[in-house]
Amino acid sequence: MPLLEVKNLKTYYYTLRGVVKAVDDVSFTLEKGEVLGLAGESGCGKSTVAWSLLGMPPSPGRIAGGHIYLHDDEAGETYDIANMAEEELRSKVRWRKISMVFQGAMNALTPVHRVGDQIAEPLILHAGMTKEEAMNRVVELLNMVGLDDTIAMRYPHELSGGQKQRVVIAMALALDPDIVIADEPTTALDVVVQAQILNLMKELQWKKKRSIILITHDLSIIAELADKVAIMYAGKIVEIGPSSEIFNNPQHPYTQLLLKAIPRLRGPIDKLAYIPGTPPDLMSPPPGCRFYPRCPYAMDVCMREEPEMVEVGKDHYVACWLHSKR
Amino acid sequence: MSAHMSPDTVLKVENLTVWFPLRRSIVDVIRRKPRRYVHAVDGIDFEIRRGETFCLVGESGCGKTTTGKAILRLVDIYAGHVYYKPAKETIAELEAMGVDVIDGEIVDIAAVPPKKMKPLRRELQMIYQDPFGSLNPRFKIKEILEEPLLVHGVGETPDEREEQVIKALESVKLIPPEDFMNRFPHQLSGGQRQRVAVARAMMLNPQLIVADEPVSMLDVSIRAEILELMMELKQSRNLTYVFITHDLAVARYICDRIAVMYLGKIVEIAKATELIENPLHPYTKALIAAIPEPDPSNKAKLREVPIKGEVPSAVLIPPGCRFHPRCLPYEAEKASLENLCPVHVPPLVEVEEDHYVACWLYDKVRQSAGL
Ligand SMILES: Nc1ncnc2c1ncn2[C@@H]1O[C@H](COP(=O)(O)OP(=O)(O)OP(=O)(O)O)[C@@H](O)[C@H]1O
Ligand SMILES: Nc1ncnc2c1ncn2[C@@H]1O[C@H](COP(=O)(O)OP(=O)(O)OP(=O)(O)O)[C@@H](O)[C@H]1O
Ligand code: SF4
Ligand SMILES: [Mg+2]
Ligand SMILES: [Mg+2]
Repeated sequence: MPLLEVKNLKTYYYTLRGVVKAVDDVSFTLEKGEVLGLAGESGCGKSTVAWSLLGMPPSPGRIAGGHIYLHDDEAGETYDIANMAEEELRSKVRWRKISMVFQGAMNALTPVHRVGDQIAEPLILHAGMTKEEAMNRVVELLNMVGLDDTIAMRYPHELSGGQKQRVVIAMALALDPDIVIADEPTTALDVVVQAQILNLMKELQWKKKRSIILITHDLSIIAELADKVAIMYAGKIVEIGPSSEIFNNPQHPYTQLLLKAIPRLRGPIDKLAYIPGTPPDLMSPPPGCRFYPRCPYAMDVCMREEPEMVEVGKDHYVACWLHSKR
Repeated sequence: MSAHMSPDTVLKVENLTVWFPLRRSIVDVIRRKPRRYVHAVDGIDFEIRRGETFCLVGESGCGKTTTGKAILRLVDIYAGHVYYKPAKETIAELEAMGVDVIDGEIVDIAAVPPKKMKPLRRELQMIYQDPFGSLNPRFKIKEILEEPLLVHGVGETPDEREEQVIKALESVKLIPPEDFMNRFPHQLSGGQRQRVAVARAMMLNPQLIVADEPVSMLDVSIRAEILELMMELKQSRNLTYVFITHDLAVARYICDRIAVMYLGKIVEIAKATELIENPLHPYTKALIAAIPEPDPSNKAKLREVPIKGEVPSAVLIPPGCRFHPRCLPYEAEKASLENLCPVHVPPLVEVEEDHYVACWLYDKVRQSAGL
């Protein structure tokens, strides 16, 4: 049984102007110790997936359908986060089983509190530790992310970007969760610092077989860490498979074009590909395949009917009429 | 040191220095502490050839944008020269205004009084990183593109100006132009907005364009489209680009030469492919090693980046080579480098053909400094 099984998840934003179908029928699984990379253009719904997994889609968002089964080995229980009471979510799941380094977290640290206190707070509040126990754990956590104890006494503005990012990673690890979601964990950082943070995440992963969901628009970062990759487009997963398959044998036209659009540092300088047009408005997405207006291979059927996910290789699934049988 | 420029050089920057004064606290003033400065650009030299795409690359805060703005005189220049060869008509205008013209064709932008910059502003343009922030949200696209024409008195009648706006929109492939003219920036996608920014920069037939991270905020899927457009316009209008980016891979695709900046200094300049395949400066080597690539086999190993510590503040610049506290070769050979790296600033020297580096590891650099 997978650690996490997301089935037909729908998360919609109910705005005054209409319903934004930000996550529309998304399914995937995550095994223990597995790193899943979730990639796609800005606005495709990546962060909405992340918040949904914590059972807290930002308002006016709501989980509108589907299931998020989380298997709790210790308790021998399976929860459905999509249909769970807030009270139970808070006491059993959120931060304890699944935690998150949310997008922009390093700039959301409270400026007036020392970072040590900020890491300790949830330990005291949620894990019932004494102040002293919590402080010991803070030191342990800081060391785990490659920072020395003195950092605990500093305020956020006294830290570099890389140090702040390490602090928010430490916060996500505080209650020793099985699954950590990292939403754009390096986007605001310079390449050198980014490489250091990715190395840290690799080491943490190797030492303790935690499951990670790494969310980023940058496929090169996904390649550094992921075992499995899901490509999202306009609220849907269009391709999912083992990392080596997605990078070396992509099957969805969107994935293929995305990979060809990445400038490379080595090898021949081919013409960079681009995808003409823009992603659809998620309030009124096109019928059929949501990618057809930008797809160089679009056929009649693509504009009428939505393609189903089909298996094109071992554990490799694609939703595209080039592969679906009618 | 002189204004002399070879015939194909269009811009020559010499010892360009931009310092921003830090606000002093009351205590500092009472104790008569000297004013402190952010050494944003700290004495850099480079030349750009006509028709070239010259890249400035480096990490956040290293001084790329400040260098770009200094070329356009959008920041106060603390010291140094920015020699530039304007178009013939502009030279005549500048001479009429009493601006010094060297050898009948060169002006030192750093020495032009701000009030007399106007003729030069026409041919020096900037494209900014943020397509959301750089266009006035209350103006229609038509008004945004018309504005530079009005400021510079180009186009006599509204009809004439409208015609130019239409041409400009067509040139950046916002077609049909009538569809876009009356929209506001928020009614365009990020990519379309950046095309408007490109169109605006082209309105006055510029010679040289400073493009500051023009695609960094855009999705990877549409970056190449904007880059391609910029390169087409460059070809057809014989433009020169100073292209600022933190992304060496992007630079490799569009630049002729790359200058790597670190903490306000240029540490290396070379042809784009040469710089990436044969980097000489220890910092350039680290920068290249740090860049991830879409290759899933990278998962198996840690990425080794030969650098230590963090970028120091631009207020307290380390003495000598400002990279020395982070430099692994220096650490490894401290005994032989101790009298150089932490003491003397290495000059930027041509050590291989068209490949310049500022690092004491290279004999030619030592020879040129007599050390
Ligand atoms: N609070 C909200 N109210 C209404 N719509 C929202 C809200 N948050 C997000 N959306 C919309 O939902 C869609 C998905 O947004 P989401 O933030 O999940 O995308 P993302 O893939 O994380 O994008 P990015 O790469 O820019 O972080 C977008 O169209 C966005 O405009
Ligand atoms: N107006 C200003 N006043 C004071 N300091 C400034 C000003 N503009 C820039 N700086 C400082 O000068 C240094 C260089 O900044 P600059 O914006 O040129 O860097 P950059 O290389 O463009 O960085 P980025 O990649 O983040 O855009 C930085 O330390 C910055 O904080
Ligand atoms: S001059 Fe010395 S410290 Fe500076 S980069 Fe070269 S070896 Fe390193
Ligand atoms: Mg997001
Ligand atoms: Mg900048």
